[in-house]
Amino acid sequence: MLNFSDLLPYTDVFLGGLLTTIELTVLTTFLGVMVGTLCASIRQYGNKASRRVVTAYVELIRNTPFIVQLFFIFFGLPSIGFLLTPWQASIIALTINLGAYSTEIIRAGLSNIPKGQWEAAKVLGMNFRQTLMRVVFTPAFEKIYPALTSQCIIVMLGSAVLSQISVQDLTYAANLVQSRNFRAFESYVVTALMYLGLAMLMRYVFSLIGKRVFAYREVR
Amino acid sequence: MIDFSNWDIVRNLLFATQWTVLLSLAAFVCGSSVALCLSAIRLTRNPVMVRFVKVYIELFQGTPLLMQMFLCFFGLSMMGYEISAWGAAILSLTLFTSAFLVEIWRGCIDTLPKGQWEASRVLGMNFLQTLRFIILPQAMRVAFAPTVGFSVQVVKGTALASVIGFVELTKAGTMLNNATFEPFKVFIFVALIYFALCYPLSLFSQFLEKKYHVAR
Amino acid sequence: MSLVKLDQVHKYYGDFHVLKGIDLNIKAGEVVSIIGRSGSGKSTLLRCINGLEEYQQGGISVDDKEVTSEDIQVRRLALSVGMIFQNFNLFPHLTVGENIMLAPTIVLKKSKSDAGTIAKAMLEKVGLGDKFDSYPEKLSGGQQQRVAIARALAMNPKVLLCDEITSALDPELVGDVLKVLEQLAAEGMTLVLVTHEMNFARDVGNRVVFMHQGKVWEQGDSKTLLSEPKTEELKQFIGAVL
Repeated sequence: MLNFSDLLPYTDVFLGGLLTTIELTVLTTFLGVMVGTLCASIRQYGNKASRRVVTAYVELIRNTPFIVQLFFIFFGLPSIGFLLTPWQASIIALTINLGAYSTEIIRAGLSNIPKGQWEAAKVLGMNFRQTLMRVVFTPAFEKIYPALTSQCIIVMLGSAVLSQISVQDLTYAANLVQSRNFRAFESYVVTALMYLGLAMLMRYVFSLIGKRVFAYREVR
Repeated sequence: MIDFSNWDIVRNLLFATQWTVLLSLAAFVCGSSVALCLSAIRLTRNPVMVRFVKVYIELFQGTPLLMQMFLCFFGLSMMGYEISAWGAAILSLTLFTSAFLVEIWRGCIDTLPKGQWEASRVLGMNFLQTLRFIILPQAMRVAFAPTVGFSVQVVKGTALASVIGFVELTKAGTMLNNATFEPFKVFIFVALIYFALCYPLSLFSQFLEKKYHVAR
Repeated sequence: MSLVKLDQVHKYYGDFHVLKGIDLNIKAGEVVSIIGRSGSGKSTLLRCINGLEEYQQGGISVDDKEVTSEDIQVRRLALSVGMIFQNFNLFPHLTVGENIMLAPTIVLKKSKSDAGTIAKAMLEKVGLGDKFDSYPEKLSGGQQQRVAIARALAMNPKVLLCDEITSALDPELVGDVLKVLEQLAAEGMTLVLVTHEMNFARDVGNRVVFMHQGKVWEQGDSKTLLSEPKTEELKQFIGAVL
């Protein structure tokens, strides 16, 4: 009854979708963590007003579904004059989403840095920016690296929803294929496995990067 | 074409919200029941069973919830098992919820010192007694906050049921958008309703976490 | 002429009066040990000298520059005041060499190679020339503390503040650290130490300052003061620690 060979003619469609998903993931993982780092720093060290703004952003995103955020950005914003392509809307939505979650995670790392590290940097004459960049960030990220990895993977998996605004990602490919060959089960199983492979690949790449950046932990 | 006032939009959305709430509850109850069974299986320390739970978690945490829904809905019906959108949504949300809850609870059980197991063993309790009287009461206290926290993910996850045509809050939103051509307004209302559902849960979870930490 | 000058310094933590009018003058080349029970304000005093803590009344100056805890002031001060902490506070993600080179390169804007040369020289000085590429966590507490001393010395300070720097060490490692301090004292470095090492205070230090209830209760030449305490409180304190 199962027939996976019917999928073979559509290899290109799957690969195209896979590539789109990977591109989006790489780009928005980078952007999202940047946003998260910035917002976490503001939330941890900023003044009251800016801390409030960041908190509102984080809570708003964390307490609404990604698909609604996406629809609001893709359908809602153009109606008040911000025209966006599906690709642009996707990048904005994914970045904002990962940004909010990673803010919480990274902030936990920042608050974990002992006061003594700040004092040591201060008595050596380093200013706030220098201390943050050179002394605080690396150990802070090391503490929360596993959580950050998981969150990036969750956002990658969430990107399946982008097919709903006709971004031609992996899920879009699966829908396309099953509408042509009527092999829904096979098509979705294969796609699900590709996502699973992508998730594992991400975990692997993250751990490779982690091993390099946090090499000081490995040498013990 | 019918004219929709703001109240009409909100009224229709709130009506659909019932289904979001119902779906969330059903998914959470089913999901935590399955998670409970899986946790028990994991605690038997039987290598085959532990392996099974591991693969289960990997599988349902490592694939998109949307894909799981498609598989349950389109996939199963193609295979000859007729299933409604409601059934497919509950089934996939149950798999998703249980996979995450097992992992969360595992963390809670593992934070208990090994000495608790050993002390119980020394006192002559068997595995189930240890679990029932020593481990679970402590683990449940620790697990409460993150479990409530995860319920927010379940509520948000139900939004994906809209994609397979189940009319809950998000689907109602897209339908109203098609009728009113006011996406900005409609999706803000939709977002606000979700926020009203989720934020109290988030706050409650934070409150529990603080309370637990103080108690410790 | 005084290198470090404290004039009627008062400090409060909320309602709690920690320092109650401290007068203290420290000359270049002096080795001053501040002793006293915990809670007597000795660490707070030290932290006021380099601006880590604010004070509310009076004045502190180092090398004729006034100390306030304004961020910019602390940084300027860092050029003349070095500090070593009880818990070392080395940067865990940097090698020993990088720990020492960091501030000279980004604060003093020295080139990498100059900073490296300084770092190597300072490590030699504290007897850890072979640890340049090690990470702090691989070192013993005593070695970490000596790296911290090297890191402070690399900024070429005029005075070095030591905040109970042997308190977190295993007893057998204390000697190595004290030996480094002794050598620094011999080279004419100005040292201000909060310490429990009475032998070190007596044998290496020039002066001992006994603090009690937020005041300088008694001070004087280290040998005389420790062998012939005048006040009852100091007698009790010495009796308790020796």
